[in-house]
Amino acid sequence: MSKIFQHLVSPAVPVPIENIDTDQIIPARFLKATTREGFGENLFRDWRYEADNTPKADFVMNNPLYSGEILVAGKNFGCGSSREHAAWAIADAGFKVVVSSFFADIFKNNALNNFILPIQVTEAFLDKIFEAISANPKAALEVDLENQFIRIVATGEKESFDINQYKKTCLMNGYDDIDYLLSLRKEIEQYETTRPFNF
Amino acid sequence: MGKTLFDKIWDSHIVMSKPGHPDAVYINTHFIHEVTSPQAFDGLRKRGIPVFRPAKTRATADHNVPTLHQDQPIKEALSRHQVEMLTKNTSEYGVELYGLGHRYQGIVHVIGPELGITLPGMTIVCGDSHTSTHGAFGAVAFGIGTSEVEQVLATQCILQYKPKRMKIEVSGQLGKGVLSKDIILYIISKISASGATGYFVEYAGEAIRNLSMEARMTICNMSIEMGARGGLIAPDSTTFDYIKGREFAPKGADWDKALEYWKTLYSDADATFDKVLTFDAADIEPQITYGTNPGMGMGVTRHIPALEQLEEKERPSFKKSLEYMDLQPGAELLGKKVDYVFIGSCTNSRIEDLRLVADFVKGKHKADDVVVWIVPGSKQVEAQAKEEGIDKVFAEAGFQLREPGCSACLAMNEDKVPAGMYCISTSNRNFEGRQGPNARTFLASPLTAAAAAITGKVADVRELL
Repeated sequence: MSKIFQHLVSPAVPVPIENIDTDQIIPARFLKATTREGFGENLFRDWRYEADNTPKADFVMNNPLYSGEILVAGKNFGCGSSREHAAWAIADAGFKVVVSSFFADIFKNNALNNFILPIQVTEAFLDKIFEAISANPKAALEVDLENQFIRIVATGEKESFDINQYKKTCLMNGYDDIDYLLSLRKEIEQYETTRPFNF
Repeated sequence: MGKTLFDKIWDSHIVMSKPGHPDAVYINTHFIHEVTSPQAFDGLRKRGIPVFRPAKTRATADHNVPTLHQDQPIKEALSRHQVEMLTKNTSEYGVELYGLGHRYQGIVHVIGPELGITLPGMTIVCGDSHTSTHGAFGAVAFGIGTSEVEQVLATQCILQYKPKRMKIEVSGQLGKGVLSKDIILYIISKISASGATGYFVEYAGEAIRNLSMEARMTICNMSIEMGARGGLIAPDSTTFDYIKGREFAPKGADWDKALEYWKTLYSDADATFDKVLTFDAADIEPQITYGTNPGMGMGVTRHIPALEQLEEKERPSFKKSLEYMDLQPGAELLGKKVDYVFIGSCTNSRIEDLRLVADFVKGKHKADDVVVWIVPGSKQVEAQAKEEGIDKVFAEAGFQLREPGCSACLAMNEDKVPAGMYCISTSNRNFEGRQGPNARTFLASPLTAAAAAITGKVADVRELL
């Protein structure tokens, strides 16, 4: 897992389905591993493979026309279970950015904690991205975190996106939340002395 | 200006709040289980740091355990290894474990409340999205990812942006055969699977007030299914009566002091919410889902929406969902044959759920070609059911009473519904493959599930009461 994200130009893999839940991203039966690695091969497992493990020809990840480090999906991506394995699977499969018109909260946190950038765009812009990819599967997208925009390279159309400044700094510099929380040790101990109860 | 209950609790747990930064929030109770914790312990190992406050974390094995023969070693190697890792990690880092065979073992969101670990005013997290269950006690409880589990183990704090506040008020009285599960399925069907994303929800109103603690937990449990960060209910005498005397609940002078504080835990009359929704309990009939997210639900006597009723943009996902379910737009579900009935999960596996089902099925027998799994939420629920003779009622009805765990709610263990089969389930998610590859799920209340067990079909339980 790369611990820094700043800028990327890449074609994208489109999954234009709404409400993609984390059980689709990585089904529960593949959550038995005790490390963070290796989940990528089971990303979208039941959409990607038949029960006998033969690839389903109609799924985008099995179509050699599509590749890239950007996943583009329909609204409410990552709803359901809090399993961080979903973010690990996406990272392990080589994606650095997920674009959707709406993300579930826990998934968004999990993605950021794994240096995957979730970009929320308007529905209109999401449609434009899908159209661009459908016109040319190799259509590149440019993602610029510093300047907070995403651009369809072929048409030049771009949209700015929101990200909180703390997370932006973490992503651009490879910092994680635990580093920050560990630096608050004194404040945490001080807080504990103010608690009225021992629970 | 007054504060909401959520703000009162959140604000009193802030260790550090800096502009541009998420709040560092102190966590009173952290629950862990075998599936989302091993990588967090690995993280501590790599950093060479201990668990900061081991007494504030409790562990149990629930997601990936068999529900038969728990006294024997787990057969499947990966699952056995995962459960063994939990034992190893908790013992190495000094965390209390209620593992397989322990009399307190069970689904993490069932055991916390029943042991009196879950208390009003607390902040509670767990690497599981249904942590919102604990909100029924007036706690700020929410699910987290594994990196966040590591944060809490390392510092007893978590970094979070404060969500917006929503109030959902349910007024009036519930009709016959309508349970709290129906209330929450109804709300989600009205506001969709993402209708509360970004919000922390407070449930209020007469219909909520009148519910038992078990029933309140069912409602808060499914807050995440409409995208909410969590859901909570102001504590009242029902809450205090439930907690009093439980194993880890405060006792004596501590109890009096705690009670005094708990009585301040309500939203002030002039508190403002970012959004308020109101529903009337009288409009709610027994619910059932027909699709592949919990927002795709309806009254059990209703018809699945026809394509024309949907906006053009919604149709592809809707069609994909119904194709998976092998159901037709516009069709009704009443009379639809079911193959499996699952009564269990952190949504509906408490003793009250089992009692309701037992009362209904007493003297009846399941339909011939239906498999019925009853999976109690904990060892304590299982023991109580046996003490009350509920196990015999189930045996006579042809139901299998199994051992505690998450079981067919997420089908990580061998409790899988076979491909193509229909399962009416008291759990919380009807996602594709959730109960097994290509299995089809109808979410419903324990009573509606029990009615299907007896008739072999989707039925309106009100006609059988």
